[in-house]
Amino acid sequence: MEYIILIISAIFVNNIVLAQFLGVCPFLGVSNKVSTSVGMSGAVMFVMVLATMVTYLIYTYILIPLGLGFMQTIAYILVIASLVQMVEIILKKISRPLYQALGIFLPLITTNCAVLGVAILVIKKDYNLAEGIVYSAATAVGFGLALVILAGIREQLDLADVPSGMKGAPIALVTAGILALAFMGFAGLV
Amino acid sequence: MNQLQNFTKGFLKENPILVMILGACPTLATTSSMINGLGMGLATTFVLLGSNTVISMMKNVIPDKVRIPAFIVVIATFVTIVDLVMQAYVPSLYDTLGIFIPLIVVNCIVLGRAEAFASKNTVWSSVVDGAGMGFGFTAALGVLGAIREILGSGSIAGLKFISGDGILVFVLAPGAFIALGYLIAIVKKVNKA
Repeated sequence: MEYIILIISAIFVNNIVLAQFLGVCPFLGVSNKVSTSVGMSGAVMFVMVLATMVTYLIYTYILIPLGLGFMQTIAYILVIASLVQMVEIILKKISRPLYQALGIFLPLITTNCAVLGVAILVIKKDYNLAEGIVYSAATAVGFGLALVILAGIREQLDLADVPSGMKGAPIALVTAGILALAFMGFAGLV
Repeated sequence: MNQLQNFTKGFLKENPILVMILGACPTLATTSSMINGLGMGLATTFVLLGSNTVISMMKNVIPDKVRIPAFIVVIATFVTIVDLVMQAYVPSLYDTLGIFIPLIVVNCIVLGRAEAFASKNTVWSSVVDGAGMGFGFTAALGVLGAIREILGSGSIAGLKFISGDGILVFVLAPGAFIALGYLIAIVKKVNKA
């Protein structure tokens, strides 16, 4: 039951993009087409769960025993950057189709603040490893949901007559705002 | 390009947030009031100044192939400094900004300036560039924070000038997206004119 609440809260109520403002750059950047947004969501989910797991273990079993808690930011960003690189190399070797589907998005993920953000939030919220993994997976689903919905809307917007000043980023932001408004309806859920 | 142009390009023409649309996460998340926006802007400016200075000093020492990881370590060091200093001296602001202080490390503006400017220019122009970009970032955050605070809670920098509530949505998440969207549209118009 506890996990169900955690999942619903991470996907809908505290949606990572629309309520917590993490990962807004890829949210705006790769939401032009539904197909690319699906690929990006898959890549984010993969890296986010893996990164949360590895950083959690490093924090609890290396940084804390050595009294290096303040090194969290530096350690995490290095771990995430090298993890992304490693995932890219491994994928290229073992699964060509998966690499072609996710590959181009992987380098972008290093600077996706959602990945680092979730890794830090798991420590801040005092989750244990299992909760952390569930939380990061659910958060990634929430990210994917928001991204795919926005991409769907933007595909339709291409056909609409948008005022010239509002074209591109401004209309995407206003659309995202309305989307966030809709997601606020979930607020009472948990 | 003289130093004055180098400094002022970050305000409007190449404003990191409003023209280049970089670093949208802290922009949206920390501008629920003017003070929060300015606090975040100043923290980022410090990191930007520090990383630009150090990276431009070390640009000949860092091998080209590992420059991005090296830049990230330099940036993360300055972020850790800001994090610890703010925790010690302005705990209330630190609590409000929360997770977005450590996240300065993945702010595209900081790495972007390191890669695009500091790694190719002299120390002095990199300092000026960092200051200009930081100022532009802070100004954009302050303006967006002020707009959201005026509309959302009818106050500015914490001083209330209307009785009762404002348009609540502007303090909440949707208002952040909508206000930034219109601000970008306006700046686009101004830059074109």
